[in-house]
Amino acid sequence: MAEAYRLSIDAASAALAVRDISAVELTRAVLARIEATEPALRSFITVAADAALAQAQAADARLAGGDAPALCGIPLAIKDVILTRGLRSTAGSKILGNFVPPYSATVTRKLLDAGAVCVGKANCDEFAMGSSTENSAYAITRNPWNLSCVPGGSSGGSASAVAAGQCLGALGTDTGGSIRQPAACCGVVGIKPTYGRVSRYGVVAYASSLDQVGPLGRTVADCAHLLGAIAGHDPRDSTSVDCPTPDYRAALSGKLAGLRLGLPKEYFVDGMQPEVEQAVRAAVRQLESLGAAVDEVSLPHTEYAIAAYYLIATAEASSNLSRYDGIKYGFRAEAEALLEMYRRTRAQGFGAEVKRRIMLGTYALSSGYYDAYYLKAQKVRTLVRNDFLAVLDRCHAIVTPTAPTTAFRIGEKTADPLQMYLADIFTVSVNLAGLPGLSLPCGFDRTGLPIGLQLIGRPFDEQTVLNLAYAYEQATQWHLQQPEI
Amino acid sequence: MSLSPADVRHIAMLARLELSQEEELAFCAQLDHILEHFEKLRQLDTENVVPTAHLAEMASAFREDVVSHVPAVAELLANAPARDGDFFKVPQIIE
Repeated sequence: MAEAYRLSIDAASAALAVRDISAVELTRAVLARIEATEPALRSFITVAADAALAQAQAADARLAGGDAPALCGIPLAIKDVILTRGLRSTAGSKILGNFVPPYSATVTRKLLDAGAVCVGKANCDEFAMGSSTENSAYAITRNPWNLSCVPGGSSGGSASAVAAGQCLGALGTDTGGSIRQPAACCGVVGIKPTYGRVSRYGVVAYASSLDQVGPLGRTVADCAHLLGAIAGHDPRDSTSVDCPTPDYRAALSGKLAGLRLGLPKEYFVDGMQPEVEQAVRAAVRQLESLGAAVDEVSLPHTEYAIAAYYLIATAEASSNLSRYDGIKYGFRAEAEALLEMYRRTRAQGFGAEVKRRIMLGTYALSSGYYDAYYLKAQKVRTLVRNDFLAVLDRCHAIVTPTAPTTAFRIGEKTADPLQMYLADIFTVSVNLAGLPGLSLPCGFDRTGLPIGLQLIGRPFDEQTVLNLAYAYEQATQWHLQQPEI
Repeated sequence: MSLSPADVRHIAMLARLELSQEEELAFCAQLDHILEHFEKLRQLDTENVVPTAHLAEMASAFREDVVSHVPAVAELLANAPARDGDFFKVPQIIE
């Protein structure tokens, strides 16, 4: 079978079921692809070839017995902020450079229990803080469509790996757009589920009230498979919600009749790349031609979302990252006294962006500033959420661009952190409101870089968002384009 | 609002971070620039708005206090940068 690494999960699963290909053969094909492309891309922090082949062998045994789950034998990449028992997990940071977790995240365990094969740990911005994967302590991942551009971030390694055929699907995490933005930059599909839909147990915490794990895949159906496998209540995560998980893949109908979509006027702003606006408006017309009704709507607090988001995210980060003290695990700097050891360990272990966010968050929470910054941001969060809920009361979903531009060049925004923060302008509100959001390819700019379309749904209604994306994907060819690498 | 190097040093102490002089200066300018953008929130009247701290609209999750999942002590200690038997070792705290 030529280019087995290019198969969708759907197609690979069918081929595995009838034994057209074995899980070991498929995994070998993916590992060979990683070997060929990794020197240019750097999508991974750790490639786990031996463990992957052992998992593939076990998957073959299950497949031979018949009745194996759809993900049995499917090679996947897992973002390095998600713990994998016995396999080094660094969160993209030097401070966890030698950390081998004694347990797995619930999402990892669920995938491995379903027979999936983990080929490695995907590169990411340190502690998932960034919009370009330039903040990894290990390497800058490159965009498979143009090696001088970023893959987006912070799940840039996951998105790049999926786009380049280094795995058939991947897990990322999304705190302010970190699944959707790199999915858009790399021309793949990514979904951030409703807050609480997927367990965060064993996921290195950045901003606990915003973080959510989700899948990236080459097709909408592949994301539906992966989401179905990782979703569900987890008693080990007190914020995981107890509600039934639909069979997302089986329920994809592609029928849009009766669906009402909102097109927020605040998401078409000055300074956005004209090709992005054109592609998104064309996609909206396509959705209309497929049977959806589209209304212009307003989300009036959009312009305040970035400030509210960064205040809340950095405040939570400063608290979550206090656990890196050089005592229980990770890197420790030498020092005579305890306080000195804490300060040196953190100074040498954390990168510049992480320190910047810890500083911002500590300031926002400090005495005298709490009300002006943190509390104010939490109130603005209420306004942002209410905007969405009012629109979603009469619309089934909201359509927007995923990002104002296509992938930018490596180094272009590193000198100005605020410019980097603004790259997430269309995605952060969705995290503040806790809603499901999906990005899928809807075109290319004139330099050949992919453009992303974002679909935002009602709380716990991932199914409508997936179905909308599926209908659009069936009617277009964008997802069939592949980067030449 | 303008952040002074002394403010940055104070925040760095609260955050348990040792900063070099270059970092101090760079953060002073960058944080000031970012906070200036955040001032935009002041335009909004939020007098009667209830803050949203969390989105999971659920009661606190309680369970019986029973041990259900513990990695082995050896596995937990394997990641310790310094240990003494089954203890984490730290610089001397008490004279």
